Amino acid sequence: MLVLFWTDLLIFVLLAAAIAFSVYAYRREHLRAPWRRVGRSRVAMGALVILSAYVAVGLLDSIHYRQELETRTAGGQSQYSNEVLSLFDWMVMPLKTRGEKTYSAPFATHLYAKETVERADGSQQRLYPRLVFGGAQLRDPAERGADIAQRATIGALKGSALWLLVATFVVQAAAWRSGTGFRLLAAEIRGDLTMTRWRAALLTFLVLLVIVFVAAELSSGYHILGTDKVGESVFYQTLKSIRTGLVIGTLTTLVMLPFAILLGIMAGYFGGWVDDVIQYIYTTLNSIPGVLLIAAAVLMLQVYLDNRSAEFASVAERADLRLLFLCLILGVTSWTGLCRYLRGESLKLREIDYVQAATALGVGHFTIIVRHLLPNVMHIVLITVVLDFSGLVLAEAVLSYVQIGVDPTMNSWGNMINSARLEMAREPIVWWSLFAAFLFMFTLVLAANLFSDAVRDAFDPRLRNR
Amino acid sequence: MAVAAAMSVFGVDARLNNPYPAEESVDNIVYSSFSERPKHLDPARAYSSDEYGFIAQIYEPPLQYHFLERPYTLVPLTADGMPEVRFFDASGKQLPDSAEAAVVAYTEYEVRLRPGVMYQPHPALAHDGRGRYLYHDLTAKQVDSLRKLDDFAETGSRGLRADDYVYQIKRLADPQTHSPIAGVMAQYIVGFGDLAEKIKSAREQSGTGYLDLREFELSGVEVVDAHTYRVRVKRKYPQFLYWQAMPFFAAMPWEADRFYGQPGLAERNITLDWYPIGTGPFMLAENNPNLRMVLARNPNFHGEAYPVSGEREDEIAGLLEDAGAMMPFIDKAIYSLEKESIPRWNKFLQGYYDNSGISSDSFDQAIQFTTQGDAGLTESMAERGIELTTSVQASIFYMGFNMLDDNIGGGSERARKLRHAISIAVDFEEFISIFTNGRGVPAQGPLPPGIFGHRDGEEGINPYVYDWVDARPRRKPIEAARQLMREAGYDDGIDQQTGRPLVLHFEAVARGPDDKARLNWIRKQFDKLGIQLVVRSTDYNRFREKMLKGTGEIFFWGWNADYPDSENFLFLLYGPNSKAKFNGENASNYANPEFDGLFEKMKNMDNGPERKRIIDRMVNIARRDAPWLWGFHPKSFSLFHSWYRNVKPNLMANNTLKYKRVDPELRHRLREEWNEPVLWPIGMVGGLLVLSVIPAVVSFRRRERSTAL
Amino acid sequence: MIAYIVRRLLYAIPILIGVNLLTFVLFFVVNTPDDIARSQLGDRRVTQEAIDSWKAVNGYDRPIVFNTKVAGVEKLTNTIFFDKSVRLFAFDFGRSDSGRDISYDISQRMWPSLVIAVPTLLVGILVNITFAMLIAFFRATYIDFWGVVLCVILLSISSLFYIIAGQYLLSKLFHLVPISGYDTGLNALKFLILPVVISVIHGIGSGTRWYRTIFLEEIGKDYVRTARAKGLGEGIVLFRHVLKNAMIPILTGVVVVLPLLFMGSLITESFFGIPGLGSYTIEGIQRQDFAIVRSMVFLGSVLYIFGLILTDISYTLVDPRVRFS
Repeated sequence: MLVLFWTDLLIFVLLAAAIAFSVYAYRREHLRAPWRRVGRSRVAMGALVILSAYVAVGLLDSIHYRQELETRTAGGQSQYSNEVLSLFDWMVMPLKTRGEKTYSAPFATHLYAKETVERADGSQQRLYPRLVFGGAQLRDPAERGADIAQRATIGALKGSALWLLVATFVVQAAAWRSGTGFRLLAAEIRGDLTMTRWRAALLTFLVLLVIVFVAAELSSGYHILGTDKVGESVFYQTLKSIRTGLVIGTLTTLVMLPFAILLGIMAGYFGGWVDDVIQYIYTTLNSIPGVLLIAAAVLMLQVYLDNRSAEFASVAERADLRLLFLCLILGVTSWTGLCRYLRGESLKLREIDYVQAATALGVGHFTIIVRHLLPNVMHIVLITVVLDFSGLVLAEAVLSYVQIGVDPTMNSWGNMINSARLEMAREPIVWWSLFAAFLFMFTLVLAANLFSDAVRDAFDPRLRNR
Repeated sequence: MAVAAAMSVFGVDARLNNPYPAEESVDNIVYSSFSERPKHLDPARAYSSDEYGFIAQIYEPPLQYHFLERPYTLVPLTADGMPEVRFFDASGKQLPDSAEAAVVAYTEYEVRLRPGVMYQPHPALAHDGRGRYLYHDLTAKQVDSLRKLDDFAETGSRGLRADDYVYQIKRLADPQTHSPIAGVMAQYIVGFGDLAEKIKSAREQSGTGYLDLREFELSGVEVVDAHTYRVRVKRKYPQFLYWQAMPFFAAMPWEADRFYGQPGLAERNITLDWYPIGTGPFMLAENNPNLRMVLARNPNFHGEAYPVSGEREDEIAGLLEDAGAMMPFIDKAIYSLEKESIPRWNKFLQGYYDNSGISSDSFDQAIQFTTQGDAGLTESMAERGIELTTSVQASIFYMGFNMLDDNIGGGSERARKLRHAISIAVDFEEFISIFTNGRGVPAQGPLPPGIFGHRDGEEGINPYVYDWVDARPRRKPIEAARQLMREAGYDDGIDQQTGRPLVLHFEAVARGPDDKARLNWIRKQFDKLGIQLVVRSTDYNRFREKMLKGTGEIFFWGWNADYPDSENFLFLLYGPNSKAKFNGENASNYANPEFDGLFEKMKNMDNGPERKRIIDRMVNIARRDAPWLWGFHPKSFSLFHSWYRNVKPNLMANNTLKYKRVDPELRHRLREEWNEPVLWPIGMVGGLLVLSVIPAVVSFRRRERSTAL
Repeated sequence: MIAYIVRRLLYAIPILIGVNLLTFVLFFVVNTPDDIARSQLGDRRVTQEAIDSWKAVNGYDRPIVFNTKVAGVEKLTNTIFFDKSVRLFAFDFGRSDSGRDISYDISQRMWPSLVIAVPTLLVGILVNITFAMLIAFFRATYIDFWGVVLCVILLSISSLFYIIAGQYLLSKLFHLVPISGYDTGLNALKFLILPVVISVIHGIGSGTRWYRTIFLEEIGKDYVRTARAKGLGEGIVLFRHVLKNAMIPILTGVVVVLPLLFMGSLITESFFGIPGLGSYTIEGIQRQDFAIVRSMVFLGSVLYIFGLILTDISYTLVDPRVRFS
């Protein structure tokens, strides 16, 4: 049975909007041009591939369903489990289910702590027990190195093969569209002579595919990023955290965007008391320290959720609503900057001759705003959205640390770091949760930062110092 | 290099990472930490272990627990011998000690104080030599110049008197004190409730300022002479003696209230809640809870000898080496604020904390855990001479079933079977090993080990959940639980009457990063029986509210003993103590007339075979009805360094600082050894910077030349 | 100018009232006065009478913003809101729910916050300018490219990692500085090193990148070309002219954050156990001490508005063409 969470819904709305916008922009040269400029940056193309990989995981993880139970009601109707799974869970099910007892290091074959084990002759001995799944295929743990190398090679080969296939297909398609021959285009790409830097994109894609396949191969035999306190795979956790990070990064700006745009333009366009009121609202909101506002709002949400706790079928549903609300409240604290910016821009645009002319001709305010102002500030909006993304992903970690972030039951990098704090104080140290969160978060944020730089440069070089 | 040179120039011999001033390196000081500011230091209000960690060293009630002996025994502290107990009937006639509890109308406790006990130096007691107090009538101008207690130039002291203890009891009754035990005491101390009413009406006339409680009469309490007082308690209440070992009943000079009650002082943060005044071995020398709290030796301390007897192992463990020596052994104890566990843990490893701190919760990391629940130090720590003591706490963490609930509660056979099935399915042995690092023992009933009425071994197991196999309790197999489910009409978790899966709700308080794993674990346990568990997580306020309203279904809670008596645990299941109905402490709202009847009987009895029999019956009834899933008794772990001596966990006594001894020389030597600075990274970073400058300089030159051309 | 400042200050009043009202509503939706009383009185054996009496003593027994039980103006004045917030405008913060004088606590805890924040700011600016100058000097070379990439990498790392890694390396492995803590006077020095170093490193990424763009913008201007045409060396041009002119946007950027330095940093302070205002705020939230939260929000808002006014003034001082309007 399919389950639609609020954030799922918004994600798909966002996806639809993004697709619609790209189709729209594709048809109009003045909108396409800046994106072409983005394509000219090698770094941006590489970053784009990595971002797409993250987005793909996030989207797969946003299609939720409930498993049908084997039992049926007396009336023969199907029963559904309370646990909500996603398509992504289904794809990586072994990662989710193959838990150990407790901590184990990456690629370990033994638990991280000694246990008293009863031996065949009845004597007791304290030793590191073998893992139930990690390296279970090895008869002798000493073979581990060879096994890992073998699996990695197989993975790399598979990845390369698939890449070759995809790359050929892509180049063929591009060659067919542009009317150039396949060989010529391939040679151009190899020499990095194309306008859009396909070479960078394809090379990144190769690296990505190899990593994915090597990881998949290895994961079938080991916990490649270790296991946590209750023996759950850290690799699985950090993959599941991707969706949380993306949701915070995108939905936050999205939910407040209508307000910011509308209020910002209105303030600039109408001026007078409208301007005063709007300025009052955002100065007031801005002057409350953000953390306090978020803390109060999150606590308030708790109360709200508790009063309606009967309406939630699962923890996941509650956690999702909390995530959505966190996006909202983060939006409230972060929309003011954009609003002020748009106000300034609209103030300028108001004086421009064609707007003046439209006003003189008696065109309605609404029409003017939609026709003339909105299209001319869209690049600012776009740049803000892209720039805010990485900051929000980072903010999630900090908020979870102060315990006003996402629900503690939700997979997120912030929660991982938060629990890793305690693990860092262990002897010997448990470092892999922190490492995994760091690796995945860093890659995403870095890619996003590099990409947003390119977008900003392409759309409005004047804004570089923002 | 440069740093080392600088060090030798300034003659600093402590390590760079030493958080304390170098000059106190070899002083006789105990270093420890606290994680949160204690809320109250007023003995009438403080009621949590972190608060007791401080005030129990400062205030002295008449009795205390013996440091070494087990089971816990009360010994005199400021009292000169144990209180004399007399029983009276309703007509006021004295009864023999063997009198039946039913005929006892009053019990009288006569406490005689030892002579020569003095208060710590304190401005409230300062006088001008002619009996006039210096600081009891401060002018507004004087008050303005004050910021902390040290701003008073003079201090004074005086001997301890019986009316100081009586005064404190009156303070407990004062509604404005907000003492948490006022409600309990009103049930027992004669005239306590009347006094509270009288004070309340007097306050209504005079306002919230200072009120001289000496002018109010408390009919159940009587001062016999300067060093003797009597307290009269309704009926028979043997637990009253335990209360006499808690700081609630410490001595409080009336001068303190008079002094702190002056207008304007509270606005200057000078309150009794912040600056204690006691007779104990230590006094609060610095109270800056944002940074540190310092306890220093009380120069007026009456002196007390280290106990000369203990358990047999204590002799071997060297705990009796100081027998008979005068305490305290240390000059000062410095507690630093440490909110984060990583710094605290590392400072302990570096030797900058002597023990694992007042709250030892986050120190579990150090211990290698095993599934069998025995714990040992890691090898690297054992090499450093770090030692570990463990003991089972007089507390219980349990999973409660709301007995008012339609599904899970009630006295029907069906619900009872369901509860038993769940009790078997939720594997607390695994819980302990995963979530508490083996720091606990599974509970077989409400009474923890060490409490009268607790039984060990085969006769002590809960026969509904455990079997006795191989000389140890073993949880019944999950099949037994499934069988119970079938008997209850929930085959595989499907309600046979409706054909729907059984859905239960678990009220959880989610705060920390560990909660996700914990909640998942709990859900999996219920999954074993096919029960769909819906977890409702919430914050603590909301959780408490639900408990008060009785709307929860299954919840997880705990209880710490006030005193080592079974009454303090069994009252958690006493019907008239129901949380939802009477705002009591019985959160599962369990009510069984038979149990309640037995409780009323046992609570006033002295420990003995008769009482044990009744307790056994009560425990059996509770096990059969299973209002709780008994959960586990946590173990407290305490880690300490080799220079820190006389450590024996004592879960009842809080005033244990006076027994402690440190070896500062050894500590200093080991600290030096463990914290040798590693300087090469500084050199390396410097070198790298230099290296990176070279190409820059080269190309700078080239560029300069090219532009010049 | 004075008239302008007075006007701005007057304009601040409705904002502060709005801030206050918002805090009140948010906080009291979350916590009923009963909750506040309970968290102050403790958990065990607390009776409803004790709660009622605590509320009466601490003035929480009235309605929050609107009192229907009394007549006239009292409807608005005889409320928790009016009673507790009006005094704030005189900077009288009153006493916290646990009975402490908040003004005194703030005056005490302000210093540790400043002692961390001011060196961080100064050292940070110095380091960032140095790096930005270097990068600008080598613009359009591989140093520029990798410098910028390094900046992006640095700012892609969460601040929590810097702290955890810094404590682990410098304190745990190398034994160079105390891992956490604070002291008064000169003893504070050794505690300052680690948080300041970590905060500075954390700020390098964004700071250097921002300053670099400022420098590049200046370098593109006419006067630089003129200077070069005069035959001045590139280094001299950068130091004498570009740096001097770039200081204007840099300093105005700094002025905005100056007042907020008082508020301290939440994360740094709690990780390093520094008793500043940041940890005070967190404590207030955790203990649900509304009086503290309210005071800190108010103080934060005042400082924020003050920062805005300062910025405006600094603009006019730097660039006389800007007029007060």
